[in-house]
Amino acid sequence: MTQPIIHMENITKHFGNVIALNGVTFDVTPGECHCLLGDNGAGKSTFIKTMSGVHKPTSGEIFFEGKPLSFASPREAMEAGIATVFQDLAMIPLMSVTRNFFMGREPTKGRGLTKRLDIERANQITMEEMRKMGINLRAPDQAVGTLSGGERQTVAIARAVHFGAKVLILDEPTSALGVRQTSNVLSTIARVREQGVGVVFISHNVRHALAVGDRFTVLNRGQTLGTAVRGEITSSELQDLMAGGQEMAQLEGSLGGTV
Amino acid sequence: MSADNLLQQDERVRAESLATKLMKKPELGAIGGVVLVTLFFLSTADGAMFTLSGIMNFMTPAAQLGILGIAAAMLMIGGEFDLSIGSMVAFAGMIFGVLTVNLGLPLIFAIPLTMSFAACIGALNGAIVLRTGLPSFIVTLAGLFILRGAALVGLKLFTGGSTQLRGIRDAVEGDWLAPIFSGDAFTGLFGWLAGIGVIDSFDSGMPKVPGIPVEIIWFVVFALVATYVLVRTPVGNWIFATGGDTNAAKNSGVPVRSVKISLFMLTACAASMVAIITVIDAGSTDARRGFMKEFEAIITAVIGGCLLTGGYGSAIGAFFGAIIFGMVTIGLTYTNFDQDWFQIFLGGMLLLAVVFNNVIRKRVTGER
Repeated sequence: MTQPIIHMENITKHFGNVIALNGVTFDVTPGECHCLLGDNGAGKSTFIKTMSGVHKPTSGEIFFEGKPLSFASPREAMEAGIATVFQDLAMIPLMSVTRNFFMGREPTKGRGLTKRLDIERANQITMEEMRKMGINLRAPDQAVGTLSGGERQTVAIARAVHFGAKVLILDEPTSALGVRQTSNVLSTIARVREQGVGVVFISHNVRHALAVGDRFTVLNRGQTLGTAVRGEITSSELQDLMAGGQEMAQLEGSLGGTV
Repeated sequence: MSADNLLQQDERVRAESLATKLMKKPELGAIGGVVLVTLFFLSTADGAMFTLSGIMNFMTPAAQLGILGIAAAMLMIGGEFDLSIGSMVAFAGMIFGVLTVNLGLPLIFAIPLTMSFAACIGALNGAIVLRTGLPSFIVTLAGLFILRGAALVGLKLFTGGSTQLRGIRDAVEGDWLAPIFSGDAFTGLFGWLAGIGVIDSFDSGMPKVPGIPVEIIWFVVFALVATYVLVRTPVGNWIFATGGDTNAAKNSGVPVRSVKISLFMLTACAASMVAIITVIDAGSTDARRGFMKEFEAIITAVIGGCLLTGGYGSAIGAFFGAIIFGMVTIGLTYTNFDQDWFQIFLGGMLLLAVVFNNVIRKRVTGER
């Protein structure tokens, strides 16, 4: 098995007397889609925030490309190549797709006083990156507000990939989408994987997870209940695990003794 | 999966007509307004309004307001208001007067000092807004009263009890920098044009319009630079992003705080620029200078297509908004209408612009 890009070992996180995470182990390898499943309050958000540098773990270790590492800020994690697409997407509806795509990282040409936006190049890159993701924009100066939810999600993903993400964390990307838009996002995830990016897909929808995931880790009450490989677990089994593991004994076999 | 279908043009999106494309330009409303107002005055006003001297007549107040309006528009795109700019004109005028008359400083020191003083107050405004998270509307409303009061108190203090400070023209007379901030530009060109009969001249051969008032030049240059910054530089992108969604901008690495503070400094500097130009022109400064200008500047920005919620607008729009303003203020004197229609007209324009902008915003974002 290839070396994981990021490996989180036995992570715990306490907020005062609340134990949000109580020993979570998780890793992603290049080109893999690792789904993190869990019901509300399972600790999914806390965990990805730890991964993306928002929170510091109370204990546990993070290895990035084999080396132990701790991120001081989200910015640092981003520069290392961990891109997070949060639910609000960090998109501005009134601005064009291009301007959103390059927000904060605008390409320039010229120097000194003539240093200016390289609009042509920015437009070209945006159109091209979006085409790679399977979306034909009407025009790069189209406002993001005119895009559908799935397309916006795709812009956010394409932006993260373009700026060199090695790990892409998607926080419930399909939760607010319709059937067709969901399938678009899922196919986008498939394309991203082909480029060798490790995808962390957070969801509480087992069907969406099963459609793209290679591995599935279930979180419950701040603990990992186990990791299953694609094909070794059925959707109803995953569902039961998420719901609280009442039928764990029965599942132990299929999880390969990792519980 | 449906990937192959997606690569084709989406059949549910109709091709945009030229009209729709134009509708999406924020400055369209203001340009349309200029056309309408021009047509109105062409049919009702005395022909003198559209002679060269008539045009200079309405462009001068338009330019003075426009410098404020463009700065206000940029700040509004960045998502904030500054209600203190009118009072800032009076305050900066007072500082400038004291520096030139009481301290006798030459313009090369007096102007940068006035500007930096104003910029500091602008930065303070911005810092308070950012630190407290209060709406800038209320923070700068306080500034409106504080600065107006400070101008009044300061003037009394430095003149020994008067609310007017005189003698500024004498103080700056002959200063090599003065022609850049007062009087007319291109006087040679205008003299020559009069000589060959292209423009009207008096019997003595002197042109009726000696040149272009400098504030008009400043106004045009400022509008061009502001537009360039907004649409063609990374900083412009940051301004739109900051106003569109501060949080999203911050998450994407836009230096939101610096953007906002710089914009507050810009509006304060624009106010002191107007103060310097008008004070040298009048030769004196008083505490009522710039009265109500904050609202007029905001109206200019809104007519120019800025959304009150930020993230959308244009400097060119504010440029035309200011021209509309100047035309209406001055133009009514060329007609048979009672001049007091001016305010009614202005309120009407503002209402129309806001309604129009709202429709535009829904178009742009594809809201239903």
